[in-house]
Amino acid sequence: MNNPWTKKDLMSLYDLSAEEITLILDTAQEFKKVSQRKIKKVPALRGKTVVNLFIEPSTRTRISFELAEQRLSADIININAEASSLRKGETLLDTVRNIEALQADLVVIRHSAAGAPNFLASRVRCGIVNAGDGAHSHPTQALLDLFTMREKKGTIKGLNVSIIGDILHSRVARSDMWGLLKLGANVTFSGPSTLVPREFEAAGVRVCDNLEDALVGADVVNLLRIQHERQRSGFFPSTGEYARVFGLNKESLKYIKPDALIMHPGPINRDVELASALADGPQSVILEQVTNGLAVRMAVLFLVAGCLK
Amino acid sequence: MSSRIYRGARVIDPARKIDRIMDIAVSDGIFVDPGTVKDASVVDLTGYVLAPGFIDLHVHLRQPGKTDAETIHTGTMAAAAGGFTSIVAMPNTNPCADNPGTIHYIRTYAKAEGVVKVLPCGAITKGLEGQEMSGIGGLKAAGVVALSDDGKCVQNHELMRHVIEYSRTFKLPILDHCEDTNLASGGVMHEGHWSVFLGMKGMAAAAEELIVARDAILARTANWKVHIQHVSTRGSLAIIRTAQKEGIRITAEATPHHIALTDIEIKKFDTNYKMNPPLRSEEDRLAVIEGLRDGTITVIATDHAPHTNTAKTVEFDYAPFGIIGLETALPVCFTELYHKGYLDLPSLISKFTKGPAEVLGMPVGTLEIGRPADITILDPGREGVVDAEKFYSKSRNTPFNGYRFKGCAVGTIVDGKCVFSLLDALQKD
Repeated sequence: MNNPWTKKDLMSLYDLSAEEITLILDTAQEFKKVSQRKIKKVPALRGKTVVNLFIEPSTRTRISFELAEQRLSADIININAEASSLRKGETLLDTVRNIEALQADLVVIRHSAAGAPNFLASRVRCGIVNAGDGAHSHPTQALLDLFTMREKKGTIKGLNVSIIGDILHSRVARSDMWGLLKLGANVTFSGPSTLVPREFEAAGVRVCDNLEDALVGADVVNLLRIQHERQRSGFFPSTGEYARVFGLNKESLKYIKPDALIMHPGPINRDVELASALADGPQSVILEQVTNGLAVRMAVLFLVAGCLK
Repeated sequence: MSSRIYRGARVIDPARKIDRIMDIAVSDGIFVDPGTVKDASVVDLTGYVLAPGFIDLHVHLRQPGKTDAETIHTGTMAAAAGGFTSIVAMPNTNPCADNPGTIHYIRTYAKAEGVVKVLPCGAITKGLEGQEMSGIGGLKAAGVVALSDDGKCVQNHELMRHVIEYSRTFKLPILDHCEDTNLASGGVMHEGHWSVFLGMKGMAAAAEELIVARDAILARTANWKVHIQHVSTRGSLAIIRTAQKEGIRITAEATPHHIALTDIEIKKFDTNYKMNPPLRSEEDRLAVIEGLRDGTITVIATDHAPHTNTAKTVEFDYAPFGIIGLETALPVCFTELYHKGYLDLPSLISKFTKGPAEVLGMPVGTLEIGRPADITILDPGREGVVDAEKFYSKSRNTPFNGYRFKGCAVGTIVDGKCVFSLLDALQKD
């Protein structure tokens, strides 16, 4: 395959064209087949060293990346914040320069500070893959969401996608938004008005204060995890009230299309943002998202590694 | 010291509404009547502008405590190179300037190593903690020219009321950093379009505006002077404008970076764009310029805040607030305000002379005979590119590196002594 991918880093879907996003999704489709084989491993990254630098704790994203790297036959180093010299006062830049001095090829980074991967990418030679930075960006999550929607619905263009919950603090919402808008979907945000900034309208997103308005005619509903600490900060009064007013439950099904997909980036607060019956119901594709995440991350690592000097 | 006559320059002294070509004479460090001096050497400044020495109301010198970022010597060198003859030193040093001993230390070093005049500002509250009034009488006796908790903001309105009332006795203006700490808590940039799209914690304009309104109300209650530091929002300016119309003794300063830049820069995640108050929206930026035009803002001050490269070369969230500004203030303001047609030369010069002098209530910022001969020589047409590597400041944390400018200071004279010059005609003494 002629490789039109030219980036050594993956920072944000905001930086990518529709063609580049589609290329990743197409590549992921090929890698998904690998995961269905008896031998689930390919030598695409053999001899390459990938460092998983998780400054912010993560389980599912880290495991998904790790497995993707293993299936591509890369050598892997895992560093998490608790065990690293960052705890001893080393700067992030020094940590990554040390990793680079060991001839690492790629660094997959998860960080609580927005822009941390961008900060690194402009200062080091090795490739940087953003595995989530603050509330800024989580490109591989958005790519796996797009992959799942495309697989189920055939195309992204024209889909009505409603994203519900704590938009303000969500890197998933922001990344989904850019990917969906670039591929021609209609994006709606809803949730408590304290957590759903109107500023997103400037990008072409429909912002609804009322959940019903947001759900009518939806092809896809993506629920975001609501964090208990937001309640303590006074964004909404209680998780009980949240569940009643903004949670997706059986009543909500009458507003969305009969074949609408129910998605969630996980981990789910059952019966808070999403009723258990729906999470486990026929419309839920939540576990398929996890499966697709592996293929998408293999595709990203493969493409990015191909651009290293 | 011998006598000198500066000849041929366009002399602009906004405090006395002078704008014409005339001789300025200096003898023994004092302005004198040119008709009375004998045997004076003549300095030809044809083609340049001669103004009263510029005053920067808002500088962090970092000494004592953070001398890896700046010292009184390097900071005053930077001031001289930027065209400033007097700078007001903010009290958030370590130890902080909430006591006469620290003021004495600063004044001693400034006398020994300072290149321009350092006017110390005392802390409003002990330890800048916003809990107890500092010893304002003692600070006055030690030589402070104003009071500020800059970097922090007194949240207790009753305490603030008492501070403003009490300061009146000592004729010390309050310079206030206006920030409601709950509303701005954890913020790293302006709350608005870009904070929302970048997913960064915003600092609401309301956090500044609430305290500006509080200060205006308390200034009226106390019938004393409150000066709003680094005003940055449209809403703050509306409040200040209304208060001034009602006769409330409230003044305001703007920084060059709030005049020139907006929050769109943050998308680069460059920590040299991180300061407090943060870069605001374009609407706010234009409101600041309008405030300068209509006289609501009478002062331009730098908020020169040096930080080491080590401190600034980190994730945006973790970087300290603040940028340096002494050596870029005039290039930026000439370019953005004068050459873009917002302010004429006398108005621009007034923001660095008459305006700050009035806030301090001190006999500075004018070329009047009998006053200390502090002079700034300007070349409004001089073009160049900012090169941070050539700064006299110890720090490099500027967003203006590489900035193309037109207009800057070319000579700085303190008490008749030339401390900085780019001109052959004007030799450093």
